[in-house]
Amino acid sequence: MRRWAQSQLCQKSRQASSVLVAVFALIFLIMGASQPAGALPAFARKYGLRCSACHESWPMLNFFGQKFKDNGYQLMNDRDAPIWQNPGYWPVTFRITPIWHRVSTAQVATDQSPTGEQKLTQSGFDLSGLDFHTGGTLDKDISFYVLPSSDSTASFHFETVMARFDNIGGSPWFNVKLGKFELDNLLSEKRILTLTGNGGIYQLYHFIPVGDGNIWGQMGDNQLGLEVMGHSANDRTRYSAALLSSNDGQVGLPYGAESYSGFFTASQAFDFGRMGVSRFGFYAMVGGAPTVWLTSGGVAIPGSGTGNKTFSREGFVGQIYLGPHADVTVVTQHGEDSAWFGQGYGDYIDNAANGTNFLNGYGVTALPPGSRNPTWNGVLAEPHYVISPQAIILARYETIRMSQQSTPGTPSNLGNISTYTVGARYNPFMTPRAGFAYHAEYNWLHQDGTGVIPGTNINTSELLFGFDFDF
Amino acid sequence: MNSRLLKSMYAVVIAGLLALPTLVSAQISEYQEKQWLESPAASSHIGNLTGNAHAAIEPYRRYCMVCHGELGDGNGESAKWFEPPMFPKPRDFTLAVFECRSTPTGTLPTDEDLFNTIARGLDRSNMPPWNTFTQQMRADLVAWIKHYSPRWQTEKAGTPIVIPPEPEVTAERIKAGQEVFNRVQCWKCHGVEGRGNGPSASTLQDDLGRPILPYNFSEGGRFKCGTSDADLYKIFMTGLDGTPMPSFSDNIKPDEAWDLVFFLRTLQPFHTKAKEIAKGLNLKPINPNAPPPSQ
Repeated sequence: MRRWAQSQLCQKSRQASSVLVAVFALIFLIMGASQPAGALPAFARKYGLRCSACHESWPMLNFFGQKFKDNGYQLMNDRDAPIWQNPGYWPVTFRITPIWHRVSTAQVATDQSPTGEQKLTQSGFDLSGLDFHTGGTLDKDISFYVLPSSDSTASFHFETVMARFDNIGGSPWFNVKLGKFELDNLLSEKRILTLTGNGGIYQLYHFIPVGDGNIWGQMGDNQLGLEVMGHSANDRTRYSAALLSSNDGQVGLPYGAESYSGFFTASQAFDFGRMGVSRFGFYAMVGGAPTVWLTSGGVAIPGSGTGNKTFSREGFVGQIYLGPHADVTVVTQHGEDSAWFGQGYGDYIDNAANGTNFLNGYGVTALPPGSRNPTWNGVLAEPHYVISPQAIILARYETIRMSQQSTPGTPSNLGNISTYTVGARYNPFMTPRAGFAYHAEYNWLHQDGTGVIPGTNINTSELLFGFDFDF
Repeated sequence: MNSRLLKSMYAVVIAGLLALPTLVSAQISEYQEKQWLESPAASSHIGNLTGNAHAAIEPYRRYCMVCHGELGDGNGESAKWFEPPMFPKPRDFTLAVFECRSTPTGTLPTDEDLFNTIARGLDRSNMPPWNTFTQQMRADLVAWIKHYSPRWQTEKAGTPIVIPPEPEVTAERIKAGQEVFNRVQCWKCHGVEGRGNGPSASTLQDDLGRPILPYNFSEGGRFKCGTSDADLYKIFMTGLDGTPMPSFSDNIKPDEAWDLVFFLRTLQPFHTKAKEIAKGLNLKPINPNAPPPSQ
């Protein structure tokens, strides 16, 4: 009787879901068919350019957009300084994404399941966080960017705050910025085309081995520091070098007193005729970060981190264009953490339960015998098919494979990740005033050995539809 | 509803969403393609490159159309926000009148002129340097631009003017250049010190009756059609068609043109050899009201 009732409930729920999906699809189809032509807010309003001028598909930059960014948000037409703008112009853009999504996660620990775990599926309407972008020029060759960003409960933090001196000495080869900013990733996570929980980030930029305590090597997070970058006049050749506080972009010096890391990139683009411009380069993030902390009453003292150990992530990037419609970006990574991180020393905030990273008096505890530096390799491939400046189909495959676990005897595949994402975005109109996109996406992620039951894997998937808009 | 049916529905919805953009974008490209097919001027030739207008449909739509318009008439959706003289209106390709040419005034520019303008951009306008494009893409765009005007079907591009080799800059040449500056009355628009504040400056209009500003040498910005001495020579020997800046090829001899180039360089805030020599000359701004020098 109980099973029948569950079944009926389930069926009604499915019927309701089906009706909602059908209604949603109908709305998409009607609106999509009835309007003629994307999206760009503050910069587009300033220059009167469509979003497609700078974005392959908003928000992902094309080479012209990258050059505009590298020039300090200047077109270099002698009309970039604010003095030339209408006094009423206020360079603010907001972006938010109302969505419907369905998330299915296997191996969720529950008290009701006889095995202690079960598959959990949730669906419903939801919101992303809200971003307020404001950026531009303060004067000719002095630019800024400030981005207060909230999570979906409107809890704000500063995602980006930076000012930059551009074209120092009249040369595009020397530009300096200070503040909290996005690392110079050629494939920018801040301009990612995907929105799902696992597909909306690049796993490669955030990977941490199972049990590892290093949160400072996350290339996808904006970081606090100083960056020097330069480029040729046509942006074909570019480099950047950043000195960063090892605090994962968190203000208030919450970690080590004197720990720094560096992020370096260089790339060269080549003209392949009608195939387009393709870019090849490398990146490296190397640094040191604290592993142990002073305590007071058994509680870690913020900013007292010491015992700096090293970490590194390095790889190659290729942005290859195959004509006006198709392109693929490939990013590789080899990562390595000190064995101290591998054994869980490191972040005291997220790993507060891990007492190993507190100093015993002032003597550092020894590593377990045989501890090794955890190492891994990963690759990401993201092809796009640009139907028109207003429509794009995209896909992504990422895989990360541990090549050495920190603790001998640990299953060699523990923590390995594979994830696939497919999606489409369509801008029903494209003006230099606002941006709006219909967004559809599916992501599937698999991780080895991190299920609730030891030795089992995690599988999670998400289907998402939404309106991604900004003004 | 069973789960198989539900899955089928999801599949249909996703397929529909993926197919939708194809249907909508097809309407626009068909229209543009038809226009192109009606025009015989559908190619360009720059060195070894051959541009094909058809290949420029997508780039034009992505980068150019918002200002120059779907019909190339300069009436793109952003055009109405550009307020001359600070922000000149976009070029109307249907008139086939271009400022930056290597060809005599009144003639069509060469394909290479247009090719270079796309990469260089036009300072003090909303036209940025599109130098991130591939050379092929720029050649294709030149072909595309040409298809908007029937002039390209009935006229050939002008023959580029001959620019004699640049002589050595001397004090005498700079002084002679100032005399040319006075004689052909450059000061009327550009001012006696080249600050763009001559007595006619506030009255200037382009051929379409829109206000336009003369170049201010003292700001040190790039010239509209290039940065080199040869580019400057070319500007006043070919004129900027469509603007009040005429060609002086009938009034200035080639050697005098170089003199003028050297003098104009002294008006810019850069450290150049001409500027260095001019310091020693203690040149005073011309006096337009002074009596003409005795012959």
